[in-house]
Amino acid sequence: METTRLIIVAVGGQGNLLASKVLGEAALIAGVPVRMSEIHGMAQRGGVVESAIVFGEAESSIISDGEADILLGFEPAETLRAIKRCGKNTQVITNTAPVPPFTVSVGMGTYPDVEEIKKLIKAKTAGLVAIDAMALAKEAGSPMSVNIVLLGALVQTGTLGFDRKVVEEAVKRRVKPAFLDVNLKAFDLGFTAAANA
Amino acid sequence: MHKLLQDSPGEKIMLLGNEAIARGAVEAGVAFATTYPGTPSSEISLNLFQMSRESDLYFEYSTNEKVALEVAAAAANSGLRTFCMMKHVGLNVAADPLMTLAYVGVTAGMVILSADDPAMFSSQNEQDNRYYAKFGGLPMLEPSSVAEAKEMIKAAFDLSESMKQPVLLRTTTRINHSNAFVTFGKISPRMTKGRFIRDPQRCVTVPAVSRGLHVKLLEKLKNAAQMSETSAFNFIQGDGPLGIIANGVSFHYAADAVKDLGLEGRAKILRMGFSNPMPEKLIKDFVAGCEKVLVVEEGEPFMEEAVKAFAQEQGITIPIKGKSEDLFSRLFEYDPAMVREKMAAFFNIAYTPKTAVDTSDVPEIPMRPPNLCSGCSHRATFYEIKQAAKEMDVICPTDIGCYTLGFLPPLSTGDFVICMGSSVSSACGFSKATDQKVVSFIGDSTFFHSGITGLVNAVFNNHNFTLVILENDITAMTGHQPHPGVDMELFGLSGHGRINIEKLVRALGVEHVSVIKPFKVKKSIDTIKEALAFKGVSVIISQEPCALYAKSLKKLTPRPFVVSNKCVDHRDCITTIACPSFYLDGNNRVAIDPDTCVGCAVCAQICPENAIRPLKK
Repeated sequence: METTRLIIVAVGGQGNLLASKVLGEAALIAGVPVRMSEIHGMAQRGGVVESAIVFGEAESSIISDGEADILLGFEPAETLRAIKRCGKNTQVITNTAPVPPFTVSVGMGTYPDVEEIKKLIKAKTAGLVAIDAMALAKEAGSPMSVNIVLLGALVQTGTLGFDRKVVEEAVKRRVKPAFLDVNLKAFDLGFTAAANA
Repeated sequence: MHKLLQDSPGEKIMLLGNEAIARGAVEAGVAFATTYPGTPSSEISLNLFQMSRESDLYFEYSTNEKVALEVAAAAANSGLRTFCMMKHVGLNVAADPLMTLAYVGVTAGMVILSADDPAMFSSQNEQDNRYYAKFGGLPMLEPSSVAEAKEMIKAAFDLSESMKQPVLLRTTTRINHSNAFVTFGKISPRMTKGRFIRDPQRCVTVPAVSRGLHVKLLEKLKNAAQMSETSAFNFIQGDGPLGIIANGVSFHYAADAVKDLGLEGRAKILRMGFSNPMPEKLIKDFVAGCEKVLVVEEGEPFMEEAVKAFAQEQGITIPIKGKSEDLFSRLFEYDPAMVREKMAAFFNIAYTPKTAVDTSDVPEIPMRPPNLCSGCSHRATFYEIKQAAKEMDVICPTDIGCYTLGFLPPLSTGDFVICMGSSVSSACGFSKATDQKVVSFIGDSTFFHSGITGLVNAVFNNHNFTLVILENDITAMTGHQPHPGVDMELFGLSGHGRINIEKLVRALGVEHVSVIKPFKVKKSIDTIKEALAFKGVSVIISQEPCALYAKSLKKLTPRPFVVSNKCVDHRDCITTIACPSFYLDGNNRVAIDPDTCVGCAVCAQICPENAIRPLKK
């Protein structure tokens, strides 16, 4: 079985860990071996959260620089920061809605231009799907569903090899019933947006 | 029911490494568990704490790791299966009981877990605690994966019980914080009440007894070495003249590298899982069948030096390498590509690494450093101390917790940290060695952990400094665990005592004790000035609950503030306290995010124009 290596980067509070768990559940349903590693020490205090998910036969649970097959970024500047994880064959999916770091919010740093971010990533990798996941999450009914919007976009690219139904089933198993409808809608909006991107 | 208490053998479930370890302990019939929380071990104890509330498992958050290990030592000598877990530097605190408990041993299975943190994701050093096993004479097991960690802790309990010796289970962050599927096993029954049988010739370590115990310890280690020779945790994978010896997560990196480099049939890996004592014969036979041996281990050359010594005894002169300038480093953690590259170089295999994209034209991306939360009382206290000590040449020893972040600008309050409790004792030293004013900071949980003894020292030796105790009613950094000053009723638990820090400090003989409410800025600064002027030991207790924790308990209802049109853009708010709720709006004017502002009102009190007001709904 081919090994697929996925890196997810996000800012603390964006729901990256739930997204990873949904993908883990999807792997279980699909019968694909999976290992995930996460670094989340300071997440609650505004730091970056990174998950590495390895699908397939490889036994390592972390991913070296240049070796991610897919990079999924929940925040555009963080996607760009993680670009060293990519090679020229990497598929990148990113949210385009910035979550500015505090230094930028108070005028002590400059946030890179999002169009420039997109251009750089596109030039260096195999492909970029860039969607405003925050707008779609709000459309779905909750800004908290950004993570599931992005999962929809990820699945649409086909790079993961999972059927859409499998991941939707995993969402059903992992998301609290009260939030399920919003999240299934979020998944669909992300999937559709990626198809049209 | 807690998900880890479900008696559903065969169920496959995705677990965090730390959850798998907690589950393994439960499957092994653990009855008694103690800890002091510390990342990356914290979720093990958190899960055991939760399970103890639904079962007859005894669990306690002990005052520090030394206390935790001593409490556990008694339980394990009363016939109960006992588990004591901590982060790697915690074992330094517990090293005193550890070294002699190794002499005394146990009457029931006892596992001591050390969660090491290569690359220091959340620690002050990356010491390699495998040396504690060698140092103390304890058998040690090291898992390579999440699923193996669950099985290994069960084996560790059995091993401990058969040897009547505590067993060290050593993990690293990439085990603790990885997720993988784990299959539940059967939960063994717990024996929750034991009996201590007097045995002074084993348990009272006066010199005459200990001399005999050390002899016995060495005998036990001889037996352990025999077990290590045949342990299923030490195995050889693959075949061929190229040898690799690996432990922990490095084993998987090495196994992947063998496949990726096409070395199947040419290379074999000896995986060390039972790594103290090292299996001498197994290693000697392995090395004898190799042309070259590469040792892959994060941290120190623990295995490498042993392997080289064994080879020397056999007169084997093949190249055996691990740590060197051109191969592996003693620094930080390893990764699959690094192991693949070093392996290719050592075995002279042609290999072209995948190249990462060129980042030379990527613009500088603003950093996202961790920050004290919106409404964090530490920010207020640091600001007030700085104001009160404006004219002074100040040294600020600080300690380990969220408030260590106070060293970052613009608060810049934190000059010296080496370990838990060092803020108080190092203040003693600075106050004698210099003429500078010393103001040190310690959290409440850290004060109980190891600050009290430093304060006793300060009073006894008549030192001259101000200690600020940041009393936020919880162990915040590691995820809101209780400590001896916490009201356990808030956890829905009755029957716990509660230690009052102010009374304790006064009872220690500190002559100048004051209490501040840090959200009252002016009053706090006045009180701090008095304390700073006192010659001798003064203590300021800054009382305000952790905002995050108070919010989670619904004891804090955020009442956001807003910047009114009286603002003339001094920006004192941003430049002096840097609360993350501030941002510059479209017109480049200071604004406050109403979703994150909790309404501590500190900024409102320092604004020279009184421009920051409560938001009217």
